[in-house]
Amino acid sequence: MSVMAMKRLNICGMKRDRESIIETINEFKAMELDESAFQNKNLSDFPTNDQRITFEKKAHNIENAIEAIEMYAPEKKGMLASLEGKKDIKRVSMMSIVKREDELTDMAKRAMDNMKKIIEDRVEIDRNQVSMQSLEPWLDLDIPMEFTHTERTSFLIGTIVKVDSQEEIYDGIGLHLVDLSEVEISIVHKDKFQTCIVAVCLKEYENAVENGLHTLGFARISNAFKGVPREELDKLKDDNEKLQREIEMLKAEFNTLAEKREDLKILSDYYRIEASKQEGMGKSNDSASTFFISGYVPKKVAGSLVEKLNKKFNLYCELENVKEDEDSPVLMQNSGIGQSVEGIVESYGLPNKKEIDPSKIVSWFYVFLFGLMLSDAAYGLIMFIACAVLLKKYKKMELSMRKSIKLFMYCGISTLMWGILFGGYFGDAVETVSKTFFGHAVMVKPLWFAPLSDPMKLLLYCMLFGIIHLFVGLAVKGYMCIRDREYLNFFCDVVLWFSLLVGLIMLLLPTELFYSLSQLRINFGPVLTVISKILAIGGALGILVMAGRNSKKVGLRLALGAYDLYNLTGWLSDLLSYSRLLALGLATGVIASVINQIGSMGGNSIVGIILFIIVFIFGHIFNMSINILGAYVHTNRLQYVEFFGKFYEGGGREFHPFRSETKYVDIEEES
Amino acid sequence: MGIGIVYALLGAALAVLLAGAGSAIGVGIAGQAASGVVTEDPGKFAKVLIMQLLPGTQGLYGLMIGFVTLVKIGLLGGSAANVTPATGLLVLAACLPIGLVGLISGIYQGKTSAAAIGIVARKPEQFAKAMLFPAMVETYAILALLISFLAVNAVV
Repeated sequence: MSVMAMKRLNICGMKRDRESIIETINEFKAMELDESAFQNKNLSDFPTNDQRITFEKKAHNIENAIEAIEMYAPEKKGMLASLEGKKDIKRVSMMSIVKREDELTDMAKRAMDNMKKIIEDRVEIDRNQVSMQSLEPWLDLDIPMEFTHTERTSFLIGTIVKVDSQEEIYDGIGLHLVDLSEVEISIVHKDKFQTCIVAVCLKEYENAVENGLHTLGFARISNAFKGVPREELDKLKDDNEKLQREIEMLKAEFNTLAEKREDLKILSDYYRIEASKQEGMGKSNDSASTFFISGYVPKKVAGSLVEKLNKKFNLYCELENVKEDEDSPVLMQNSGIGQSVEGIVESYGLPNKKEIDPSKIVSWFYVFLFGLMLSDAAYGLIMFIACAVLLKKYKKMELSMRKSIKLFMYCGISTLMWGILFGGYFGDAVETVSKTFFGHAVMVKPLWFAPLSDPMKLLLYCMLFGIIHLFVGLAVKGYMCIRDREYLNFFCDVVLWFSLLVGLIMLLLPTELFYSLSQLRINFGPVLTVISKILAIGGALGILVMAGRNSKKVGLRLALGAYDLYNLTGWLSDLLSYSRLLALGLATGVIASVINQIGSMGGNSIVGIILFIIVFIFGHIFNMSINILGAYVHTNRLQYVEFFGKFYEGGGREFHPFRSETKYVDIEEES
Repeated sequence: MGIGIVYALLGAALAVLLAGAGSAIGVGIAGQAASGVVTEDPGKFAKVLIMQLLPGTQGLYGLMIGFVTLVKIGLLGGSAANVTPATGLLVLAACLPIGLVGLISGIYQGKTSAAAIGIVARKPEQFAKAMLFPAMVETYAILALLISFLAVNAVV
């Protein structure tokens, strides 16, 4: 129920042992280092930032290389590879790889250089292609594009606006040049935007011809163009082929680099481990000849850590209780089904130091409510088998993933049970199949009752489950009050509310309204009726007077009490919220029936059977996934909003034990 | 066949039509936000897809009421029952909650989902909390579904 108790461990050791002591703590993986104890203690820092950053940079470089290799020589992975978790590796074999550090670093560098070269080559190819395109109109020109003159003549190469014929050009320059026979104009290329021309004339007419051409928007060819276009184009083509070949070669080299992929991964993890050790050492503080380190350790393992340290080193360890005002971290300790729901509790917020760990209670309700919302035996069985297979197959799965899959496995069992109770097996598949394909309808009798035929009954049960859920929440609050010896709070915030609510429910049960809903006639004797009135009125009065007890002014106190009493509407809406249990359960069943109905439309024939199988498979996969999503979302909501609203705040700080955060492998330590 | 069954069928049609339209708009809005996130970070695909699906349930609820109504008035499998005009109107009224609430809540849930996708984009670890905001909107669709279902069940 409660979170794991923490102890503060203070260690004082010889400076020469620093590295090995930190290493031991790192491998123990259960101490959160905390420097705050050293404030104002006249100790000096032990700076390790530079070393840490060096290691981090190395890890980063190798990581980039791994990514580059992955890009050009991707590793073959299964669809569920992410569930596989990290591989185990012995420290000795890691160290033998680390010995080849230089060689591997060179490889990583080569991978990065190759990648850069490939990118550069690609850019070059693109640029060449653009040049080739702009050469396109000039291909019929058989002189170099930068050619301007011979001894006596001038060459004007360039573009003018779109013209239809040579005459138009001669017309254009006719204004500036009297004798048109002095100039020879040839059109190299025509398209809808421009015309490429070469004008040849004697040098003395150059200005006149150019002025004339200007009226047609003449612009000389850019001096970036050199050489004979056809030759230039061939050159660029050659270039690109060469670059393409180079890229292929570089890519092929990645295949050989990829053989060392595993070694690179291990090396990068080695750097990560070293970086985290440096970080740990950075959290130690020095006196003249000794060093200090301090942090939080779970009480359960504190003794064995101290023992281990004492056995290996000559040092002084001190365990003390965590002080009230300290911001100590929180670690949940659950086993079995309670552990599987930790992820759900965590994403709302870890319990703060004053609270209990609600995982165990949440887990039972979670599984119960989830099953009720999905409530189809076949879906439940599929969920259960799928999760069980995953758990069995991927033993080294990441812990948080493992927890969620385990939770869904339990939810699958619960769904299976509810399905049997309500008689849902792929909705009404049994009935539809037997009626369509075998001629007579076979009904599967629900063990309890079918919600579709008696929804009101299930609605009332949902309300009942809701009341139990909410009351358990309130009871947990009461438990926490008593544990902290806050008896007044216990009485005012818990007992009075219980009294009011129980009284109101007892008043409601014998009424006509309840009878019309449930067809159940409940008659309390006169004694019970009086008791229920006393409970309700007493509770209400008590809350009115006591809820504002922290306020001195009578008027304000009563106003606060009345406001608290108004929370009754909150209880009502919380309770009504549980009607979603019925609605979602019905939704699964009805949509499953829709699918079966559509499937059976083909009738009893070969085509009909094939249609049925296809519709059945896809339809039910769709219905199952959408309803699992719905059940997940709404079970979370019932826990977070309705249940946690009654007692739970969260906001605890997560316990981050000092250990090496590796990415690819777990190190097995030899004992 | 009297006018009664026309009213009843109109009710079923409205339930599917309005709630389906609401979901379509909602899923559309959320999908635009989701696409934006996946452009930046394809790794978040599964998470934002779940977010996008959340406003899709209204359409299913509408389908559910439509289907139940069709079965009840005998239009699906079997001959059409003799529905009086009064009963037909009752069925029509019973179908309205999920139709209208489905339409409106679908649109707003879509907007909330889009905002929640924004949370996932920046803080993927807050996924469970982000999912809760759209789920709040859906509550009202569920309440409407419940009343529509109970009413259709009671009328025919």
